[in-house]
Amino acid sequence: MLGYLANRTLLMIPTLVGVAILIFFMLRVVPGDIVEVKLRGDGGSVTQETIEKERARLGLDQPMIVQFGQWMTGLATLNLGNSMWTDRPVVEEISLRLELTLQVALMATVIAILIAIPLGTLSALFKDTWIDYTIRIVTIAGLAVPSFWLGMIIILGLLYLFNWLPPITYTPFYVDPVANISQLIWPALAVGYRYSAVVARMVRSSIVEVMKEDYIRTARAKGVFEKLVVSRHAMRNAMLPAITVIGLEFAFLIGGLVVTEQVFNLNGLGRLFVQAISRNDFTLIQSIVMLIAVVFIVTNLVVDLLYAWLDPRIRYGSK
Amino acid sequence: MSYLRMLAAGFAAAGLALAGPADAQTPKRGGTLTYAISAETPHYDCHASDTFATLHFASPFYSTLMQFDLAKYPGVKGDLAESWTVAPDLMSYTFKLRSNVSFHDGTPLTSADVKATYDRLRSPPTGIVSTRQATFGDIDTIETPDATTITFKMKAPNPAMMEHFASPWNCVYSAARLASDPNFPRNNIMGSGPFRFGEHVKGSHVTGLRNERYFEPGKPYLDGFRGVFMSQPAAMLNALQGGQVMAEFRGISPAERDRLVQGMGDRVRIEESGWTLNLLVVFNVEKKPFDDVRVRQALNMAIDRRAGAQGLARQATLRDVGGLVRPGSPFAIKDADLAKVPGYGTNIAAARAEARRLLQQAGVPNLKFVLHNRATPQPYTPAGIYLVDQWRQIGVEVEHRQSETSPYLAAMSSGNFDVAVDFSNLFMDEPSLGLAKYVSFDRAPENRSRSIDRELDRLYDLQSRERDTAKRYDIIRQFEARMFEQVYQAPLLWWHRIIPTHKTVMGWEMSPSHNLGQNLAGVWLNQ
Amino acid sequence: MAAVSQPTVTYNIRKRRPALVEFCIAQPLGAISGVAILVMLFAGMFAELVAPYDPLTINFGAMLAAPSAEHPMGTDAFGRDIFSRVIYGARTALTIGFFSSLFGCTLGAVIGVSSAYFGGRIDMAVQRFIDVMLAFPIIVLALVVVAMLGRNLVGGVDVNLIVAIAIPIVPKVARVVRSAALSIREMPYIDAARAAGFSHTRIIFRHMVPNVSAPFLIMFTAFIAQAILLEASLSFLGLGVTEPTPAWGLMLSGNASDFYREAPWMILFPGLAISVAVFAFNLFGDSLRDWLDPKFKV
Repeated sequence: MLGYLANRTLLMIPTLVGVAILIFFMLRVVPGDIVEVKLRGDGGSVTQETIEKERARLGLDQPMIVQFGQWMTGLATLNLGNSMWTDRPVVEEISLRLELTLQVALMATVIAILIAIPLGTLSALFKDTWIDYTIRIVTIAGLAVPSFWLGMIIILGLLYLFNWLPPITYTPFYVDPVANISQLIWPALAVGYRYSAVVARMVRSSIVEVMKEDYIRTARAKGVFEKLVVSRHAMRNAMLPAITVIGLEFAFLIGGLVVTEQVFNLNGLGRLFVQAISRNDFTLIQSIVMLIAVVFIVTNLVVDLLYAWLDPRIRYGSK
Repeated sequence: MSYLRMLAAGFAAAGLALAGPADAQTPKRGGTLTYAISAETPHYDCHASDTFATLHFASPFYSTLMQFDLAKYPGVKGDLAESWTVAPDLMSYTFKLRSNVSFHDGTPLTSADVKATYDRLRSPPTGIVSTRQATFGDIDTIETPDATTITFKMKAPNPAMMEHFASPWNCVYSAARLASDPNFPRNNIMGSGPFRFGEHVKGSHVTGLRNERYFEPGKPYLDGFRGVFMSQPAAMLNALQGGQVMAEFRGISPAERDRLVQGMGDRVRIEESGWTLNLLVVFNVEKKPFDDVRVRQALNMAIDRRAGAQGLARQATLRDVGGLVRPGSPFAIKDADLAKVPGYGTNIAAARAEARRLLQQAGVPNLKFVLHNRATPQPYTPAGIYLVDQWRQIGVEVEHRQSETSPYLAAMSSGNFDVAVDFSNLFMDEPSLGLAKYVSFDRAPENRSRSIDRELDRLYDLQSRERDTAKRYDIIRQFEARMFEQVYQAPLLWWHRIIPTHKTVMGWEMSPSHNLGQNLAGVWLNQ
Repeated sequence: MAAVSQPTVTYNIRKRRPALVEFCIAQPLGAISGVAILVMLFAGMFAELVAPYDPLTINFGAMLAAPSAEHPMGTDAFGRDIFSRVIYGARTALTIGFFSSLFGCTLGAVIGVSSAYFGGRIDMAVQRFIDVMLAFPIIVLALVVVAMLGRNLVGGVDVNLIVAIAIPIVPKVARVVRSAALSIREMPYIDAARAAGFSHTRIIFRHMVPNVSAPFLIMFTAFIAQAILLEASLSFLGLGVTEPTPAWGLMLSGNASDFYREAPWMILFPGLAISVAVFAFNLFGDSLRDWLDPKFKV
């Protein structure tokens, strides 16, 4: 197990290096640079000389290979540099936003699990009845309704029905739990619906598969209650694929809240990313992408480890 | 300075619609003003900035030498300056500073600080950006005979100098701080304004606290303020309506205004004014067939600005049909004269027929091109949609290509476009500032059409030196007529500023520029 | 991501009734969603004939009109007919969805099959590269590609946008197709073909590709739905389709929500259109999976 862990951790490194290389060179193809936006974005008449000076200050006049070298050295020493837009350390820019995004992602995960597991189980137990059909339609709809549209409808609904809106500035949970939850529950619901749909579908299909196994088949004649009891023994196995999906979706949300954060005016990582893209803030974009990649890869690893722990049938060699 | 009075009259005539400024009541002390800022400033340095985002953030923390007197706009009044004298030949300006001013760290503010500020503005040290270097290029020397006197000696007269001294961008910094680190104001706030810096939470908000040592007795009235960054207009509107913010000081669109009025009834106050901003259509004269004046004329006259203004005025921040100078300001073309210019008048059918004929004559009856536009919802997108529709009506097929600010600007400055939507952003109506965009490309890099026209240059220089208002008006008309004939750039529509504030917000003053009047010293809450 | 080993070609031999009829009987929900897709396809293709108005023409006189016989879904702030724009929007959505998914899935399948076929170091290298690509969330990768490529309209369709949406699809498909192909590679007939001296290209395209066609078809349908959703998201962010092109996501952006009291239809109908389209493709893909290959998971 330990050998496996070490091996997997080592395997992360080439992937992350690949991400670092790919994002660096993709960004250098982007037309224009941040200096123009910074100095001419609001119509200021700035001399070309000033532009060049600023470019030099940000190191954008260096040959690409030098810039790349700096980026890689920075990564190796965990010094991500400063945002080209604000001149503040990238770590500082990201950390505050990450807190919010993480919380929304976690809340959405909890919502998704609370909804998905009962729904998916019911759907499987009552396979091919109207209960199953209804749940399936609801879940497929969850995959279809764009979460930003759902967000718009939620906001307008709150405004229309109660003339009330969630707070607009972020309060950390440990400062004021009520303000915190009343702001973040709505975006969490908007993305949680889709999330729960994904998970519920997975729960359903894995339970359906487990139910096909012999020991469950024999219990079939005994009616739904017995079926439930029996399936509880099988639940562990049935839940494995669901754990994968929950993990993957969670990792996805860290970078995938982009549109929802726009709708709810949330100061999260996704919005920071869109802003960084629109300003060509290369250092910031690169760092956010790296962070998202790390979250994704680590989540994958954790999911695999959970698998091994939950399912004794799976044994990993240390090779 | 007689034209200034004319400007004031013009502004009064343009009028403040719906509601006037706050009623004359005795200001109450206390409370925190929360307002939305639709963009977050990347840094705190006013000298290096051109965006309102910096001013709506930093103005309350700083003082300037002079300021615009918004009640008598475009008149100016003192901020740090108590009194001043201007030499008749405009070659020297002497200011007497208030003696009781101190910075937030307790150190006194003296003429040395003002000098250090203006030195930084006109010749910034290496590594420091001053976007106003050219503006103050006419200053020869700055003298400080004593702690409260400062004299600016000029190289050449500049009739707009007093307005430049009143510019909100010239935040006065501490000479001592600048001496230890010339870049200090970029990441630190230390001024002498009505509010002390509280906190800045990135991506979220900025707060200020009352400066108890502020030099104006009794002010500021507020205990503090909180500026919340809200880049999504819809979210900002929801927040205004839900009461989480009490104002937005840049400007909202008419549709947004209507929505607020419907949703909030008499809890909201709406103030409107013309705006010192406009959108332009720019033809790249280095690209075929836009080097042909007939093509440019045809495309310009096919735009029905009168109808567009009416339709767009409900949803975009665009409203006034005007020439090169803001309508309603003293040097603007009279509307009756403007109506005779094809494309700016009411007979659009005739203009379109003529446009088709000109295109035929130029050999491009089925013209196709790409309209380069900025991917900013207000008002660029509606303007682009409208232009595409207008040109379709004379058989011209246009691809509307919107780009993010960075690639948009990159294409604009490298000339990598055919036709583009451009903008001008001024903080006052002074024609020498506003017309600078139209002189030859080798003199003005912000002329995106890349045109070279010595006649325009000659007229520009002539008007900038002319101190007689009537004569100057005539020269500006000649300049404008030349531009209407050559159409390197064509004004599309002028913006219209609409400011929503909760009725409890008092003492804030409306003006035609969103860059002015944001130090909040006189603002109070009627609660 | 366990995948199938059963080649599915045998199915058609046993069938007596045409496959289409079989499908409709076995998967009624799939058949219904198929009809919905056909309706959208038809509307999009013949938008000129179906739509009552030109989607671009501005008519300030009819601004923000409520749904009526004249304008079944009302009009927007430019007085453009929303029903017509939704219909033309189907063309935009389906074109971009179809081509992105086709391009992404095809490229992914080719990479997956080749990687499986050649194995060894090539497979290793390709898999590492796919790991890298998979570490980007779809929307993040699409946003970077959009910024990178800018816009490039060919015949009114933004080719670069299609590429931007297709690229995030490639690694996902490649991964799944590879594992499907790996099992086929070990089949005796592939060995036989290799022994007979057939070229790599021939073996890949004649023998391996047809055998991964079931997962390919399923993923192709599923990714059309994803592509439509992604296009809507990008357009909503202002980074996808540009005005005045009618596109559902775009219709929701900008000032649409300002008019929620005056004109709620401006956000209602385009959002519904996206949901219905994605719903139909998802359901169809689901049914197709159940029918072709019940064990397969995307």
